[in-house]
Amino acid sequence: MKTLVCISKTPDTTSKISFVDGGKNFNSDGISFIMNPYDEWYALVRAVELKEKMGGTVTVINVGDASNDLVIRKALAIGADDAVRVNANAPSSFFVAKQIAEIAKKENYDLIFLGKETIDYNGAEVGAQLAELLDLPFFSFVNHLEVDGQTNILKREIEGGEETIKISGPCVISAAKDLAQQRIPNMQGIMMSKRKPLTVVEAVAVEELVSLITHELPLPKKGVTLVSADNVDELVRLLHEEAKVI
Amino acid sequence: MSVLVVIEPSAGIINKGGFELATFGKETAALSGTKCIALVLGNASNAGELGIYGADEVLTADIPTYDSMVYATTIAEATKKLDASIVILKHNANGKAAAGRIAIKLNAGLVSAVNAVPVLNGAVLQVKRGVYSGKASATYAISSPIKVITVIGNSIKPQANGSAISVSVLDLPKLTSSLELVDRKTMSGRAPLPEADLVVSGGRGFKGPENWDILLELADTLGATTACSRPVADADWRPHHEHVGQTGVAIRPNLYIAIGISGAIQHLAGVNSSKTIVVINKDPEAPFFKAADYGIVGDLFEVVPKLTAAIKKLKHE
Ligand SMILES: Cc1cc2nc3c(=O)[nH]c(=O)nc-3n(C[C@H](O)[C@H](O)[C@H](O)COP(=O)(O)OP(=O)(O)OC[C@H]3O[C@@H](n4cnc5c(N)ncnc54)[C@H](O)[C@@H]3O)c2cc1C
Repeated sequence: MKTLVCISKTPDTTSKISFVDGGKNFNSDGISFIMNPYDEWYALVRAVELKEKMGGTVTVINVGDASNDLVIRKALAIGADDAVRVNANAPSSFFVAKQIAEIAKKENYDLIFLGKETIDYNGAEVGAQLAELLDLPFFSFVNHLEVDGQTNILKREIEGGEETIKISGPCVISAAKDLAQQRIPNMQGIMMSKRKPLTVVEAVAVEELVSLITHELPLPKKGVTLVSADNVDELVRLLHEEAKVI
Repeated sequence: MSVLVVIEPSAGIINKGGFELATFGKETAALSGTKCIALVLGNASNAGELGIYGADEVLTADIPTYDSMVYATTIAEATKKLDASIVILKHNANGKAAAGRIAIKLNAGLVSAVNAVPVLNGAVLQVKRGVYSGKASATYAISSPIKVITVIGNSIKPQANGSAISVSVLDLPKLTSSLELVDRKTMSGRAPLPEADLVVSGGRGFKGPENWDILLELADTLGATTACSRPVADADWRPHHEHVGQTGVAIRPNLYIAIGISGAIQHLAGVNSSKTIVVINKDPEAPFFKAADYGIVGDLFEVVPKLTAAIKKLKHE
């Protein structure tokens, strides 16, 4: 079983977000970065589990500059065998999908995993574009996957429910909660990760169809109106007459 | 030219989310004076009602929506046939799985999770969306001739200004899927979280799953959908699909009532776009109060039943 796991780097979930250059760019001052949780906890760990069960290899791929090597090493410490970094700052999900497709089409991966979305852009855009570029089936929000070498059975979250689908052959899978359990890399994994191969390749040119105009922060809340616990009727009145939500 | 909105019925019925898209499509089409065509994927007894909410034309195509290849080919072909320049899908599991494919097929710019009707600037479409899990928003320009966007729930109120219209079948060659759908479970009852108007959410302050009855009664009284914080879902006190926040579902209901939830930054990220936030917490220092519109400092086991009773009283008046 030969799998590819797409990973990205995102600000830590506790980060306070701000922008510089008139809203154009993210202010990374004082921000610590992590591997996108969906990529790490579910996509990567499930790929490593399948390798442990069935043999094979796990390759991780990231599109980003050298500052991403830290999260790539962590993925290697969790159990990936090797890594590829496409050396570019991605301006769009299309750019990322294109770069990964370039690499993936040269290798015949049985499964390609990624997290269901990143926690910075929340776009859930890369997987579908990658699958289309590779002409492979794509399954979003997979929370269960059984593979026996021939047939794959997966479950995916849909709006207000769940689907079970039987498939065969290679496909792209976006990982949701429950696909696997988070793993903390152990000392041996961390030591080994330093010797595992990380190949850096240059990006291919992409024509961008979408451009960022600006970022904005939400307007501050006007402050809370506190109501006494003995006067719940007053809260209901406010919700009915002032906020007009009930 | 036209604007194409893609509607997925759920269990044979188009719900509020579908009507939202019709109104969204209508307002987007108005930007360039074109018409809004709704394409319904599957059978829906109330498809004609899309006309009430803004569709100028309603077409249907009965396809296996779980197959993103068939889904995307159908929409890409329909886009060409109907000469659509803007394709609007819902930002849900199937919409997200198809949107990227459609964009590639049509050489179209894609922006997902759009939360407001776009602005047309010459041939460039400006769209707004939340980023950093709701901690900020961003505006993008799509410059390609065809544009694809996915729209999140509760981005617009469905406007019932039109009337029901007749429905016809989209004339396209039949596509088959190589995938086998083994089972599909749908949860009936409450509105799905992303499009619920009213949400009642519980945290670790409830102490255990056996104490959820008072929250469920409040939700039933309001007709609200239920949600929870992450540790509550992790401990299996509540089902995982109720988990809201940065690593759960992001929502923007009219009313979010947070009970026994401290208001950690990862929780707030998924809910702070809610129009009105009510916090019930016994700790006056709980960070959630800073993000709230209304708050009660008190013991949830006393406050929640009182709140349910007060709402029942209001509903009877
Ligand atoms: C990477 C990462 C991602 C995360 N993603 C999410 C996410 O998506 N969603 C999420 O929710 N969390 C998320 N978290 C967890 C988050 O940091 C908090 O730990 C979590 O939100 C706390 O849940 P809680 O408010 O239910 O529990 P607590 O923080 O324990 O708060 C319980 C609250 O209940 C109050 N309380 C107790 N008893 C009563 C009573 N009798 N009456 C009234 N009030 C009472 C307490 O005063 C307290 O404020 C994430 C964390 C990490 C590290």
